[in-house]
Order: sequence, then C-alpha cells, then structure tokens
Amino acid sequence: MSKVRVLVGTRKGAFVLTSDGKRETWEVSGPHFAGWEIYHVKGSPAAPERLYASQSSGWFGQQIQRSNDGGTSWEPVGNKFVYEGVPGTHQWYDGTPHPWEFKRVWHLEPSLSDPDTVYGGVEDAAIFRTQDGGQSWQELPGLRGHGSGPRWQPGAGGMCLHTIIIDPKNPQRIFIAISAAGAFRTDDGGQSWKPINRGLHSQYIPDPTAEVGHCVHHVAMHGSRPDVLFMQKHWDVMRSDDAGESWTEVSGNLPTDFGFVIDVHAHEPNTIYVVPIKSDGEHYPPEGKLRVYRSRTGGNEWEALTKGLPQSNCYVNVLRDAMAVDALDKCGVYFGTTGGQVYLSADAGDNWAPIVRDLPAVLSVEVQTLS
Amino acid sequence: MIRVVLPTHLRTLAKIGGEVKLEVGGRATQRSVLDALEAQYPMLRGAIRDHVTQQRRPFLRFFACEQDLSHEPPDTPLPDEVVSGKEPLLIIGAIAGG
Repeated sequence: MSKVRVLVGTRKGAFVLTSDGKRETWEVSGPHFAGWEIYHVKGSPAAPERLYASQSSGWFGQQIQRSNDGGTSWEPVGNKFVYEGVPGTHQWYDGTPHPWEFKRVWHLEPSLSDPDTVYGGVEDAAIFRTQDGGQSWQELPGLRGHGSGPRWQPGAGGMCLHTIIIDPKNPQRIFIAISAAGAFRTDDGGQSWKPINRGLHSQYIPDPTAEVGHCVHHVAMHGSRPDVLFMQKHWDVMRSDDAGESWTEVSGNLPTDFGFVIDVHAHEPNTIYVVPIKSDGEHYPPEGKLRVYRSRTGGNEWEALTKGLPQSNCYVNVLRDAMAVDALDKCGVYFGTTGGQVYLSADAGDNWAPIVRDLPAVLSVEVQTLS
Repeated sequence: MIRVVLPTHLRTLAKIGGEVKLEVGGRATQRSVLDALEAQYPMLRGAIRDHVTQQRRPFLRFFACEQDLSHEPPDTPLPDEVVSGKEPLLIIGAIAGG
C-alpha cells in the first residue's frame, strides 16, 4: 500500500502530514523546530527516510536539520555557509553596490542518487553543496563568478536562490533561479554557469530583455522531458523547449499572469498548474477567489479549478515553493497558503479539500510518495 | 564553574534542560566562555557569534550582575561573581513585537 508524506515549512515550524494512498485521513506531526522559520524541508529521492530542513531565525541565524527516520527525530548538522573568496558586491535596491552577505537557506535539493549530497540555494544568492550529509557546505563559486553578479539585485523578498532542479537524465546539468537575476544552467556539475533568460521580457528593468535582472519566481520540469521547463516569472508564465536556451510566453487566457508557484503533473508532462495572484502590489487571488489554473496543453489554454477552494473573501498568497505533486496513479496536487491552509486535490486538480486549515503561514510544501 | 543561561530557542536546539555549567581554563572572558560553550554544544556555533567574524549576532545581548556586557571587548575578564559561579552569564534574545 502506498503512502504519502507531505513536508510543510512554515513561519513558525515544520509539519509532517502523512496518509495512506487514499489520502483521505491524515496524521499531523509538528510543529518541529517550533518558533523558527522553516523555509524548506525535502527528502532524498535515494533514501526517502533521509530528510533535510532549513531552519532559520533573525535572532539565531541558520541551522540545517537532518532526519534519518522520515521526520520523527532530527539532528542539527553543519550550518557554516561561507562564500568562496572575496564575496564582492551586487546591486542594492537603489542601484548602489552592496556586499554579498549570507542570510538564510531558501531551498535544499538532495541529489537524485546520493543521500549525503545536497544542494543549498541561499540568500544572498549562491549555491552551496554538501557531500557529507550536511556536516559541511562548500560554495560552487562559478555561479557568482559568472561575471554578471555585480548586476544582480534583490527582489522584494531578498536576493534569493530559490529553485534548484537536477536533470534526471544528465546529473551534470542543473538549473537554478534567482530573484532578481534570472535563471541559470550548468552543464558541468556546477563548475560553470550561464544565464538562460533569452525570451524573458521584464518591463520593470531598464532593458526589458537584458541577459540578467529578471525576477524569476519559480521553475518546474517533468523528469521525463528535462529539456522542457515551465517558469512563473514575476509577471508572465513562460515555457522553454530547449533547456532554457529560449523562452516563449504561455500565459494565454490566465486572469493574471503574476504568481509564484508552478508545477507539473506527475504523469502528464504537458499538464501544468499555477495559482494566479492579482499583482505584485496585491499579493492575493483576483476577486478574492482562490483558483488553481491547469493547462493540459503545456500552457496558453488554461482552465480554472475551483471545487473545494474558497470562492469569496479569500486573500491569501501561495508562495513559490509551496506547491508539489505526488506520484500516485491519480496524481495528487498540494499547495499551502500564507493563511496556513494546505490544500490537496487527489484527482489532479478537479476537487480540492484542506488537509489542515490553521498552520502558520506556509513557506514550502514537498511531497514524498512512499511504497 | 561558569554558569550560562541561554534563550529558550537555543536551549531547545542544543537539548539543554536548564543552565549550562562550564569549566573554563584561565581568566574567564566572553570569548573563552563562548569557545567552551560551542565546544560542548557544536550546534551553537554561528547561533550566538558569526562563524567568520566572531561578532555577536545583532539581536543577542550578554548580561551579568545587572550589567550589559554586550559592548565589552570579547577578551575583557568577566565579573568575579560570574567567574565564581555566584552569578550566571545571561545570553538574551532581543524582545521584539508590539
């Protein structure tokens, strides 16, 4: 009998939600690390009981926690994130140079094959890697060393590296995204990187088609088609069919193409999901209606999914790492809100129901499908 | 024996039930006490002082004997009452909120 485990990071701790394959009744464990901000929790695909969590606090800084039993018990591991060499400067909000300063880990991406290898995306933007289960972390300096770093600037949430996608068919290839620098790709295991932002158009920067400077909110890929990427940019939903070499807009009939999350159906690589948000100044759903939009055509043609979701007076946000899918026969789609709800559709988006309603603001949602 | 009182979140992190008692060689200073604390509880590295600069994190303060020692140089000897164990060194998280 299959089982699912949902890993939820919130403003005030982590929660682990578990259910059998029916996904009807749920056990809720938590808060783990109560009172701390948990930006991300993710399990190793190679050893699903091995979990990693990013725990941070404005008072006490960054911690990384590791579990070897699926989140029942945890141990703190290494928390030393030091940039390689002289950190240099990026642009501050006012355009002046600002020194690179480590603030927190936004995203932890375990290797697809080795439970002790994990990539960490941090603010101020850089990518780190551990190869000893989180005890020590080393920067992959080729990303900041690409040359465009002095032109990167923070988005409203900070200059964060928030998305890391490992190509399942080519482990030397990794995609990352930074707010607000854009998307980058390495083809040599992280030694060298190149920006992959051709086709992005951002009115809020001086050169709307610049090589870097775009506020990419999230990127998603289906493992069976690693050259096809879907992106929710600050504004615009985008698609690439050539591993990021070029992008085309697929916002189509969305009511607004601002948003944060984007994800792909587990079994239908052309079925994608977004949650449109009214605008960058109004971080809530249009008309107070929480609607997931699904495209079965890889973009452009979208349908609103509303059954079970609040359709009046709803003013929550859904943050960039707060949507995930399971791999059960009927693909489950999950997302968390800043109002503390975690919603599930156990039928690929047709019907929705909350698993929990009253958690702290949800920062991230990941799902493990366990046998 | 030096007594150290940590904020709740750091006690939870390090799985410490109450005060920490530390043996510190030589004349005890902020630096030597924090070095001893971090040696005994490695997960506290980076949580009180920056890993690299060893500067106190901005929202933490060091109090003892009704004095704020936060701005004392790290190698200044701690008060006799702290050294003797009569008074604890308090590591305090800034109060925030409305």
